[in-house]
Amino acid sequence: MAVEHPVTVPSGDQTRIHNIGYRTYDGPRLGRSYATRSLYSQSLRGAYGLGRSVKSKVLPMLLFVVMCVPAAIMVAVAVATKAHDLPVDYTRYAIIMQAVISLYVASQAPQSVSRDLRFKTVPLYFSRPIETADYVRAKYAALASAMFILTAAPLIVLYVGALLAKLDFADQTKGFGQGLVSVALLSLLFAGIGLVIASVTPRRGFGIAAVIAVMTISYGAVSTLQAIADAQGSSSAVPWIGLFSPVTLIDGLQSAFLGANSAFPGAVGPSNGEGVVYVLAVLGLIAASYGLLMRRYKKVGL
Amino acid sequence: MYDPTVARLTYRALLGRRRALILGALPLLLIVISVIVRALVGADDQTASDLLGGLALATMVPIIGVIAGTGAIGPEIDDGSVVYLLSKPVKRPTIIFTKLIVAIAVTMVFSALPTLIAGLILNGNGQQIAVAYTVAALVSSIAYAALFLLLGTVSRHAVVFGLVYALVWEALFGSLVAGAKTLSVQQWSLAVAHKVAGGDLVTSDVSLPTATVLLVVVTVLATWYAGQKLRSLTLAGEE
Repeated sequence: MAVEHPVTVPSGDQTRIHNIGYRTYDGPRLGRSYATRSLYSQSLRGAYGLGRSVKSKVLPMLLFVVMCVPAAIMVAVAVATKAHDLPVDYTRYAIIMQAVISLYVASQAPQSVSRDLRFKTVPLYFSRPIETADYVRAKYAALASAMFILTAAPLIVLYVGALLAKLDFADQTKGFGQGLVSVALLSLLFAGIGLVIASVTPRRGFGIAAVIAVMTISYGAVSTLQAIADAQGSSSAVPWIGLFSPVTLIDGLQSAFLGANSAFPGAVGPSNGEGVVYVLAVLGLIAASYGLLMRRYKKVGL
Repeated sequence: MYDPTVARLTYRALLGRRRALILGALPLLLIVISVIVRALVGADDQTASDLLGGLALATMVPIIGVIAGTGAIGPEIDDGSVVYLLSKPVKRPTIIFTKLIVAIAVTMVFSALPTLIAGLILNGNGQQIAVAYTVAALVSSIAYAALFLLLGTVSRHAVVFGLVYALVWEALFGSLVAGAKTLSVQQWSLAVAHKVAGGDLVTSDVSLPTATVLLVVVTVLATWYAGQKLRSLTLAGEE
């Protein structure tokens, strides 16, 4: 740039930006709801590793199989022994398999949100027509749906098996319906808690450990305290202690309203009055995690 | 074999910013629970043993071990900044050994110390229970840290695999299949604790000589192999 060019100033209407002939886009604009739906379906597929590398398919698929195999075995046993009832209630199944469910939400919640934070793709999403609420809703709905698929699939296996074994239709359908309601609530609750924790850290590994710590430590602490309270004869305290961990919340709720047998020590679930508190706590937690996520993404990495 | 600079960097990565808070929350919870239990039940050896065995040794020590063990090296490999460390004239086994020492120290401080305090609160070290479980936590800290540090160098999904081992293998399979207990860090450390406590409250399914040999073998092998992995580390892309 050492040489100075003599600048000839063109005069009048000769100054214009050249139109070099690119066409403008005149196709349909699919808009906000389409972008939200795409984000939802991509996140849902991503939760099972579809559209990602083979390595990231291994864990979710493995956990899915681990969820379903015991149900298949139970059905096989029920058919072979000509039992009049399934060995496990529909509502009880998710409580038994809670370790697998916790592992799934712990591994997939950070996968869903932490990587967006770490690779700074969140601003790119928000440069599209979607807004904060759309992003949060799409991610929340995707993880909750993925969890619902994980928890409802074994129930379907049980139900189909029960019908094939010619167990009582009305009885089984009622139990199946109650089971579905309970796992739907469980999916929403777990997905909300997992996403709130995972959205705080951009480190995937750390998010996994934090989610699993909250899930298992709270359950371990609560069930220990319940066992001690039960052994000390203060059984009335058992339901109130159960309010402090996600698994026991779902357990208490379904034994109060969905006809489940409680896994609490002494097998005494909360009464109807206490059950209302459980419902309020579950719904409150779901709403709170939605609110926290909205607050989290109001200003993020921008 | 020990490099202070690597140690300082690892401490910062493990305890920097909010991470120390989360690591500290678990032990705090344990102590709060033991205060509540002591207030509800009073000093009872069986309760103390159940709580320390079930909550502290079976859940808290492995989780802290996973966080410290994989956190000592995992994130660095994950974001690729480990190349700056590897390009320095420090032997790779030295790096692994230093990170192992740090991981062990962090796991011990955040798991064994609260176990001791919780034990003292629960029954004032009656029948040596608090000391026994503290020894178990100390011993298992070493094995867990070495094991999970190795996982951190082998896989990008180290945390998940570590948790699957700690929660599914040790807790679930360990209670169903008797053979799985022989291959469980928790049982090995319980064998050591049994020796310390002497009574029937702390029991293990593995004999002390077997447990000691397995503990030493696992720790040494894992550390050696992690060093080998780091010597031939290739940085892959995301996933």
